[in-house]
Amino acid sequence: MLFFIEVTLSGMMAGVMYSLVALGFVLIFKASGIFNFAQGVMALFAALTLVGLMEKFNFPIWLAIIGTIVVMIALAWLIERIMLRHLVNQEPIILFMATLGLAYVLEGMGDILWGSDVKVLDLGIPQGASDWMLDSFDIYIEKLEIFAAVTAAIMVAFLAVFFQKTRIGRALRAVADDHQAALSVGISLHTIWVIVWSVAGIVALVAGIMWGSKSGVQFSLSLIALKALPVLILGGFTSVPGAIIGGLIIGVGEKIAEVYLGPFVGGAIENWFAYMLALAFLLFRPQGLFGEKIIERV
Amino acid sequence: MIYRETGQFKANYQDDQALFPIAQDRYVILVILLITFGLVPALLNEYWLNAILLPFLIYSLAALGLNILTGYCGQLSLGTGAFMAVGAFSVYKLMVAFPGIGFIPMVVLSGVITAAVGTIFGLPSLRIKGFYLAVATLAAQFFLIWLFNKVGWFFNYSATGMINAPPMTIFGAIVTGPKADPIAKYYLVAAFVAVFALAAKNIARGRIGRNWMAIRDMDIAAELIGVRPLIAKLSAFAVSSFYVGMAGALYFAVWLGSAEPTEAFDINQSFLVLFMIIIGGLGSVLGSFLGAAFLVIMPIMLKNLMVDGFGTTSALAEHIQIIVVGVLIIGFLIVEPHGLARLWRIAKEKMRLWPFPY
Repeated sequence: MLFFIEVTLSGMMAGVMYSLVALGFVLIFKASGIFNFAQGVMALFAALTLVGLMEKFNFPIWLAIIGTIVVMIALAWLIERIMLRHLVNQEPIILFMATLGLAYVLEGMGDILWGSDVKVLDLGIPQGASDWMLDSFDIYIEKLEIFAAVTAAIMVAFLAVFFQKTRIGRALRAVADDHQAALSVGISLHTIWVIVWSVAGIVALVAGIMWGSKSGVQFSLSLIALKALPVLILGGFTSVPGAIIGGLIIGVGEKIAEVYLGPFVGGAIENWFAYMLALAFLLFRPQGLFGEKIIERV
Repeated sequence: MIYRETGQFKANYQDDQALFPIAQDRYVILVILLITFGLVPALLNEYWLNAILLPFLIYSLAALGLNILTGYCGQLSLGTGAFMAVGAFSVYKLMVAFPGIGFIPMVVLSGVITAAVGTIFGLPSLRIKGFYLAVATLAAQFFLIWLFNKVGWFFNYSATGMINAPPMTIFGAIVTGPKADPIAKYYLVAAFVAVFALAAKNIARGRIGRNWMAIRDMDIAAELIGVRPLIAKLSAFAVSSFYVGMAGALYFAVWLGSAEPTEAFDINQSFLVLFMIIIGGLGSVLGSFLGAAFLVIMPIMLKNLMVDGFGTTSALAEHIQIIVVGVLIIGFLIVEPHGLARLWRIAKEKMRLWPFPY
């Protein structure tokens, strides 16, 4: 039983890490209807920039983080200016392919600017097992994962306040609801897109920091986007809480399946189990758990 | 002036239903076929045949397959790499187990096997749509690749998990394995592509193709006018997987010679083929060829240009190549989101009216 709890808990923690990436997808999809495949590469790019600023220019941590945020905002502005502005009103699949192209560009740029070797990201985030949990409950949990969970909670709370209480947040929700109606009441789509991509960039930075601290900053970081996709379809493309809860379900399901089912089929089922789980959910709720109900008219 | 249908009267049903109703189109196709089968093998050297034309033709076949599913039927799929793997492993098992049935039936048979697998993975498309479906097809991608890695039966329990193509002959010429004759390989692949490209063109304009397009344009409306979504969607998945499976079989057996599932058929293959049809043009047979040509030849050109022309190191050249490919893709989507085939269509319209502007 204790082992089961430990597996479940570690699954939840891993799920939170997936949610961090999925969150960025949701933000952009909500505001512009773009399925942004570059989110994973954005996380890699942010982490690379952070490490690069710290190593090559000897920035202190806080300055490096601010610097990276500035870079991500500049990137968002560039993406809007060069790419999105010209692709207004295109088919979703075209926009999706454009973000794939963007992923290639960012990947190549990150490698050229900061080098393609594996880097260690050390921001002083506590590492190793949590002694308190180990002593009092005999459960092994990484400190880093607890830290990530707390960060995710803070970030979601912050995003909720930002979306519900601020003027910009209201404009964002208006755009998400209906592009044309938002335009007609005087909301600038271009500004909103820059803001959304900036926020997604910052979320990517947080995800990049967490994953980078866990397993080093390297190319494989961009592949976490693939891990976030089942989370996304499970929770629904348009729901922030969906991203979190989807992440938890996927994380737990994956870990339990790997531990209890894996040995019978030869292991390493983590790669596809999440997708199959999401697929099974989708057959009952085609719009995901929390997605808006799909209403179709002729 | 040269390209117009003026004076070409359709006097009977046969003319009316011709695959290429305009005479000039027929001549162009004939000339292309003549060049493909007559001039190219005579003029080009082994490097061109092996490193450029072979992958171009094989990817064209895969792009044709995906175009049937995504371009004609509107079902976005990210599992092309895995379906190619199904074709490759089927042809491998057939080559090892039944070497007597001949290579061409084997390739077709592996296409049929892939079609069956593709139909199974197409079942969710009846319930889920759009990007949800795209992500669902990723399940096929990861699950199938995992299966080919884990289950020893597929690679005959070889220690490395690789599959190697044993030599096969057609009319006395070796077409697979290390001793294969490049010209024979080229003829084989070109013949496959020519036959099935014409078949695709024919399917797309017939009843099935029209059903697919109705589903693509609006599935509910199509259902209301009597198109059965079950049959239309699953047949699109089956035909598409049939093409992709044959492409995968040729890709492994004729071009690569040996393959390992995680490397040769990973998700980047799926994206590559998807790029081909987007850049070439969704819902166009010509577009599949143009897209494949663009994405096979351009990276090679870029690499040669940078490594030989500017003397950059190959690692840096690779990074620059990735960036350039990304930029070109974005640029293409901005300039002409309907693909290269659309440019050709516009050019044809202009030629019809020339010398008048409209």
